[in-house]
Amino acid sequence: MKTFDYQRAESVETAVKAASEPGSVFYAGGTNLLDLMKAGVRQPDRLIDITRIEGLDRIETGKDGSLRIGAMVRNSDMARHPTLLAEYPAVAEALLAGASAQLRNAATVGGNLMQQTRCSYFYDRHSACNLREMGQGCDALDGENGKHAVLGWTKTCIAVHPSDFCVPLAALGAEVEVTGPDGHRRLTIDDLYTLPGEGQAPGTALRDGDLITALILPSGGKRFAARARYMKLRDRTSYAFAIVSAAAMLQIGDGRIKDARLALGGVAAKPWRATKAEAVLNGAEASEASYRKAADAALADAAPSGDNAHKIELAKRILIRALKSAAAGTPPKMPALPGSVFAAGKEAR
Amino acid sequence: MTDKPMVAAHHVRLGSNAGQPMTRRDGLAKVTGTATYAADNRPDGLLHAVYVEAGIARGRVNALEIEAALKHPGVVHVMTPDNTPALSQNPDEKTTPFTARIDVLQHDKVRYAGQPVAVVIAETLEAAQEGARLVTADYEVEPARIGFDNGEAFEPQAVGMSTPPVFSKGDLGSARSEAAHSVSAEMETPLQYHNAMETHAVVAEWDGDRLTVDMPNQAIGLAKPGIAAYFGIPAENVTLRSPYLGGGFGSKAVLFGPQMLGILAAREMKRPVKLALRRDQMFGPVQHRSATRQTVRYDLGRDYKFKAMEHQADVSTSSFDDWLDGAANASLSVYAVEAMKASHRGFRFDTGTPGAMRAPGIATGSAVVETAVDMAAEKAGMDPLEYRLLNYADKDPSNGKPYSAKALRECYEEGARAFGWKDRPLKPGLMRDSDGLLTGWGMGTSIFHAPFFPAKARALLRKDGSARAETSGADMGQGAWTALWQMAADGLGVAADDLDFDIGHSDLPDGSIAGGSAHTASAGGALFAAGNDVIRQLAEIATQDKESPLFGAGNERLVGDGGRLFKASDPNVGERYTDILQRAGIDEIEGKGRGNRDKASTETYAMFSHGAVFAEVKVDPDLYQIRVSRLVGAFAAGRIINPRLAKSQLTGGMIWGVSFALHEEGIHDKRTGRPVNNDFAGYHIPVLADVPHVEALLVDEEDPHVNDLGVKGVGEIGITGTVGAIANAVWHATGLRTARYPIKIEDLLERSIARKT
Ligand SMILES: Cc1cc2nc3c(=O)[nH]c(=O)nc-3n(C[C@H](O)[C@H](O)[C@H](O)COP(=O)(O)OP(=O)(O)OC[C@H]3O[C@@H](n4cnc5c(N)ncnc54)[C@H](O)[C@@H]3O)c2cc1C
Ligand code: SF4
Repeated sequence: MKTFDYQRAESVETAVKAASEPGSVFYAGGTNLLDLMKAGVRQPDRLIDITRIEGLDRIETGKDGSLRIGAMVRNSDMARHPTLLAEYPAVAEALLAGASAQLRNAATVGGNLMQQTRCSYFYDRHSACNLREMGQGCDALDGENGKHAVLGWTKTCIAVHPSDFCVPLAALGAEVEVTGPDGHRRLTIDDLYTLPGEGQAPGTALRDGDLITALILPSGGKRFAARARYMKLRDRTSYAFAIVSAAAMLQIGDGRIKDARLALGGVAAKPWRATKAEAVLNGAEASEASYRKAADAALADAAPSGDNAHKIELAKRILIRALKSAAAGTPPKMPALPGSVFAAGKEAR
Repeated sequence: MTDKPMVAAHHVRLGSNAGQPMTRRDGLAKVTGTATYAADNRPDGLLHAVYVEAGIARGRVNALEIEAALKHPGVVHVMTPDNTPALSQNPDEKTTPFTARIDVLQHDKVRYAGQPVAVVIAETLEAAQEGARLVTADYEVEPARIGFDNGEAFEPQAVGMSTPPVFSKGDLGSARSEAAHSVSAEMETPLQYHNAMETHAVVAEWDGDRLTVDMPNQAIGLAKPGIAAYFGIPAENVTLRSPYLGGGFGSKAVLFGPQMLGILAAREMKRPVKLALRRDQMFGPVQHRSATRQTVRYDLGRDYKFKAMEHQADVSTSSFDDWLDGAANASLSVYAVEAMKASHRGFRFDTGTPGAMRAPGIATGSAVVETAVDMAAEKAGMDPLEYRLLNYADKDPSNGKPYSAKALRECYEEGARAFGWKDRPLKPGLMRDSDGLLTGWGMGTSIFHAPFFPAKARALLRKDGSARAETSGADMGQGAWTALWQMAADGLGVAADDLDFDIGHSDLPDGSIAGGSAHTASAGGALFAAGNDVIRQLAEIATQDKESPLFGAGNERLVGDGGRLFKASDPNVGERYTDILQRAGIDEIEGKGRGNRDKASTETYAMFSHGAVFAEVKVDPDLYQIRVSRLVGAFAAGRIINPRLAKSQLTGGMIWGVSFALHEEGIHDKRTGRPVNNDFAGYHIPVLADVPHVEALLVDEEDPHVNDLGVKGVGEIGITGTVGAIANAVWHATGLRTARYPIKIEDLLERSIARKT
């Protein structure tokens, strides 16, 4: 790979300062960044190692009851954290549904949020890719695009965001704390990601030097703890990116849905909060018919971006499955195959 | 996974070692990291070479821009077709059936994406890697041909190594005219890339015109003269070391361009050079399994017995070589049928050239044959097992020869019992488990031919009782270090621990190719014979020595075991090897051996290993995700030298069957021909969660004809049968069949929707 400088940051401030120089990138777990560098897709001049910054690896409960997770907390540590498991079980399930145990041991919160698409044309430097360089065109458009977006895409880019973790975060309305050259700010997950436009590649709202320091799970999210699931459809039982996935969180009383949170994964360049579907569910009977309506609403604007019309139907079905599973109640113990469609019980099928 | 090593039946034993479930003799070296694989070697002064891959699949390199690479710190040289010397043998020439046409910078044509077009040589791997990235090429591009709709069709001369592309027996037309029913299975199978864990690699060092090469290789005896011919040196000047291979699967039996480039670079630079492929480079110049498009048609009599079978296969190869997977021949020797025809048509794709990949021909062919058989069973309203028994072949239907041994009935029986097959409902879609998952049971017949290669071996017995045995054979991970060791020890009649054993380099007698599932039989047979040759000489000495208790026992059968030579009729009468040698004043006895298969047997008998695989799948009723929850296979493969290793081979094969049925698919962009999923995130193989329960049973079989020792192969057969068993189980769960492998969620979804409307 291209020769680069390596700099170890001792504090958030030095990290931000160092990363404000063009050509710098943060190095966290490295599980995505290093692959991209080896493929020549990313060629940074300088890696700013943020793994040794004091204090970024903590999980704490805030005064308002929210859970604050440092950006350097490893995915596997986070997924096994008792508070997370008790209060935000769908987040833990999504984390454990992602990648492999080895990768999760290395991958971090910040890195997972900021990971790049798996579009194979993005990885192949011989292909045209607007995301790599705006103006090249998009070879996925007429290429192998069975796994590409069905929502929020434009002809500029039809890639999907691959993270599982982000999907329940979007449903919860989680936020990230960012420190940048201009100081601190907070962004919701929904605002963190930007969809492609005409002539505009998808990306994030972060600018050069912006460091995610923590993830905040709102205290309000805890009310869904008893009925929260993440369901991920994939081509093999484990260690595969989602074809489509869904996070569903419900509050049910007297057979009616009091409150619902829904998001889809693998369908767009960002984790897709399904607000219209949530609206359909609020106050509705907790029944398959309602879930079906919600799924139709969630995918109402969907359109195939290529040879992937099946993803629209599958997205509806995974959403229904997640809803039924959530309605059946969060399992008392993390299933052996977290997030797997095989981990849904009979009542959810 | 269960592991119940069997107790060897009496006839399985050769001496004290064979038949025992001995653990791997190289296991400790492997788990402690002291086993040296080719790329682990770092001779002094080592340079690193990384080749630049063609970014197009068809055309010509107009110009290469190498200045930036040359300027990169650490880069010492960039080889291009302009500055690369001609090889002594044109690499487009085919001197043996094992020779592949390879790309060694001898021309500027591009024939597939990933073909080497330049080689960057540097002081460090990092510098070579970056140098390679900095090389840019200007191409004259021609449109790529990928897939059967774009590929160019041709009538092949041969399939596989050298099998005729068309075979027929009996009168297909008249058999069909008498038939009452007919079924036809049409399916495609994709390109599959071998992807051994250890990528292809070479470390080459020249000393004048002598060459030492560390390179994983399954066929040292072929590789040594092959390399020598390319470089214009005598074969004896080549030393090839390949003590351990991290998997081969057929793709390390042949010489490829990248390795020859590494050797060439070392000669150019007059320094040792290492060239190791990255994972993504494994999807081009080092072979793959042909894609196929097959039709298997069975015509059935009124009694539903097979009357006629026709198997047609379209098979992919490259634009510049002719290797074709012999998929349609997989149907010839399995089921009894009156008339049959198998035929192949070649298709040229702009990919690298395919080659033999674990169970070539039979894996691909049986995947479709076994689904056709189940379709016929469905038509007959019969249980798939019962139906297979109805069509059981007592003689090879393709030539009328009796089988040298065939314990397939026992395989069916033991496999079915272990699986619990008898409770299977006939109709699909009837079984649900307690989680509401659709559950299906399917089966398939496994078959693999039992070839035999002329391997050689040497054995040595010394005065102090120590012994040595050697052959150049290859351990790809299958356990040759152990199974061959056991056979060598039994040939000499010593304990395995008392034997000094060596394989895996070219200074040893030619152990022949580790392929065709024939290595244990061939190289092991040679080792056993070499040991026997020593014992024969020893017996001659003892029986002529008046002081020996065996004096005069020349006409009696003598046995060597545990370092002692004794009378078969009375084991008390005998003495230690050391006593015989010491009295005779002989330092050592050398024995030579070759494995033997009787010529007449070859002509008289059809020789195969057999098996039966039973699969249980769970399918989500809405989302169609599939999981193989149970696989049970029962296999009969003659004398089993090491049941532990044999089971490991068989379960490995069955897992590959899961891979074939549900996961593996090498995808190339239709426009550019470039591989789209050339890493393990994209090219799926099963993970542990995909194979929760895989069980291989060894069925006792005594084969008196296949070779002197009655050993057949277990390396490849596990895949065959398994693929179809899984597809049949998916049908049994869902009532759906798809038109291609791997079986995909979207294909099942589409068919289920089509069924409803
Ligand atoms: C084979 C494979 C399979 C995978 N499967 C899945 C899967 O099924 N599901 C899934 O969700 N993921 C999957 N992943 C992706 C994996 O989750 C990510 O690689 C991982 O989460 C990235 O985290 P990291 O800490 O290693 O990030 P890095 O690789 O270190 O960084 C990734 C990016 O984030 C930036 N970054 C890191 N930390 C910060 C920060 N604090 N602030 C701002 N920017 C930051 C980096 O600069 C870089 O651009 C898979 C990865 C691989 C290699
Ligand atoms: S979909 Fe997006 S990432 Fe993929 S090739 Fe097109 S522009 Fe690039």
